[in-house]
Amino acid sequence: MLNSVYRLVSPGVILPRYTDSGKGGVVVRPDYMAICHADQRYYLGQRESGVLRRKLPMALIHECCGHVVRDDTGTYSTGQSVVLIPNVPGQDDPIIFENYSRGSRFLSSGEDGFMRETVELPPDRLVPFRNIPLPVAAITEFVSVAVHAVHRFSLLAHSRRERIGIWGDGSLAYVVASVLKKRFPQMHITVVGLNSLKLSHFSFVDRRLREDDLPADFQIDHAFECCGGEGSAHAIEDIIRCIHPQGMVTLMGVSESPIPVKTRDVLEKGLTLTGCSRSGREDFEQAVAFMEDPLFSRRLQFILFEDDPVRSIPDIHRVFATDLNTPFKTVFRWML
Amino acid sequence: MIFGAVLAGGVGSRMHMSGMPKQFLPLGEKPIVIHTLEKFLLCSRFDRVYVGVHPQWLLHMQDLVDTYVREQADRVSLVPGGGDRNDTLFRVVAKIEEDFGESDEHVIVTHDSVRPFVTLRMLEENIDGALQHQAVDTVMASTDTIVVSQDGEKVTEIPERRFMYQGQTPQSFNMNLLKKLYADLTAEEKAKLTDAAKIFTLRQYPVYLVQGDVSNMKITTVTDYEIAQAMIGMGRK
Repeated sequence: MLNSVYRLVSPGVILPRYTDSGKGGVVVRPDYMAICHADQRYYLGQRESGVLRRKLPMALIHECCGHVVRDDTGTYSTGQSVVLIPNVPGQDDPIIFENYSRGSRFLSSGEDGFMRETVELPPDRLVPFRNIPLPVAAITEFVSVAVHAVHRFSLLAHSRRERIGIWGDGSLAYVVASVLKKRFPQMHITVVGLNSLKLSHFSFVDRRLREDDLPADFQIDHAFECCGGEGSAHAIEDIIRCIHPQGMVTLMGVSESPIPVKTRDVLEKGLTLTGCSRSGREDFEQAVAFMEDPLFSRRLQFILFEDDPVRSIPDIHRVFATDLNTPFKTVFRWML
Repeated sequence: MIFGAVLAGGVGSRMHMSGMPKQFLPLGEKPIVIHTLEKFLLCSRFDRVYVGVHPQWLLHMQDLVDTYVREQADRVSLVPGGGDRNDTLFRVVAKIEEDFGESDEHVIVTHDSVRPFVTLRMLEENIDGALQHQAVDTVMASTDTIVVSQDGEKVTEIPERRFMYQGQTPQSFNMNLLKKLYADLTAEEKAKLTDAAKIFTLRQYPVYLVQGDVSNMKITTVTDYEIAQAMIGMGRK
């Protein structure tokens, strides 16, 4: 079966490649995709030149839902709606999560992501779903990352979990707040951000604070850092100041450069810093279960901007340009 | 209902490289016609896909279907082809009506078997276009200037390039209308018919455009065949 793969060959340049695929897996036709900051950084060339040289050419996008068009494994019926898992597990390890295990790989980081005519995957790299609007299902991977972080929080944080602070006012903070509210409805959640307009979207949390206007008596049991980039340093500094002793800090924002951390205060307070990235199959399944709740899924719709469908390579450039001007997530129908 | 019609009636006189018609030559690990057929079968909107084959090659085609698309063999029907392309097409139309009856709702998506790089997008847009407009043709804006010469010696005309397109396939039609218009053509008109969409234009029926792609090339010459092999190339990342 011939397949068209739309690859970023250098920043801003996308060319089709044709492959002869058909290795006996499940063939999925992508329906909706969402852009992640990581895709945008590749697209704009904001990664180190060595990284770009090593990883390109490569098809972008790892947030995607689609439907099964052929299944040589007999697991799914054709037409079944599925979410695609970009994580390729490495060594099977009973202790280590699949997204951290040695040898694990990730589609759209070093190998082709989902910008293809069809995607062939093993059956365990697909999660079936029903009753989720497709533009929302497109961001399942993103939601699963929050599910994973909240799961690790539930395993590692000490049991006093009354007041939680989330630093960041973007999509990641929004999804982490949604998942926390879903799993721990009694929790008092404060979101700390910079942009009042973006903060106003967080209507379902208990408190919204501006980072430059934090009350002196503001205190929390545990924190999630969802800023990334240059904002991380400031956020981590605030968190260390506001958090109670022995609190847990979940670090989720990606930064290209090293971030200074006041370790003296980390030591003094006995804090736990946990890094979280990506997710595994169980997190996808949990994310789908949450998203099949219409209330949860409607809340996610609030941060989606649906651009026009993609039918050509110029349309791909258009959605990346659109994404630069939307405050949260850009999703689009894939018809190429 | 929606039907695919893969036209593979040729016996391969233009590609002087083997006795085998070009649609049966291997591309990667499978024959060209199988790549084309597989793409049609990925599109679940097709109720059945018909393949028009020269009677001499019918048995070979059946073997290929059994080898490569066995799981979906019940969605494939082979039809012995006729003397030329349109003859083959209308034999497929007759077979569809034999299997499913006549209906104003039937849509037929016709395609050259030697254009294996057709994409799901083109198939989808052909189906939607035929449902909406009765007739659509897949085309590429021409990048070369088109030159008309009536006698093959001198230029008769150089039409303005921005209005010129290169015709590809699929071409898709409301099947009953296609049949009705074809029956209405004179013998002379039929003799000059190189293209099914022309059946509509000859009777002033609008044919809407679907965006094709350079990759949706017709593998006709040895060079085309080499290009197609390079496109799915070996020895690269």
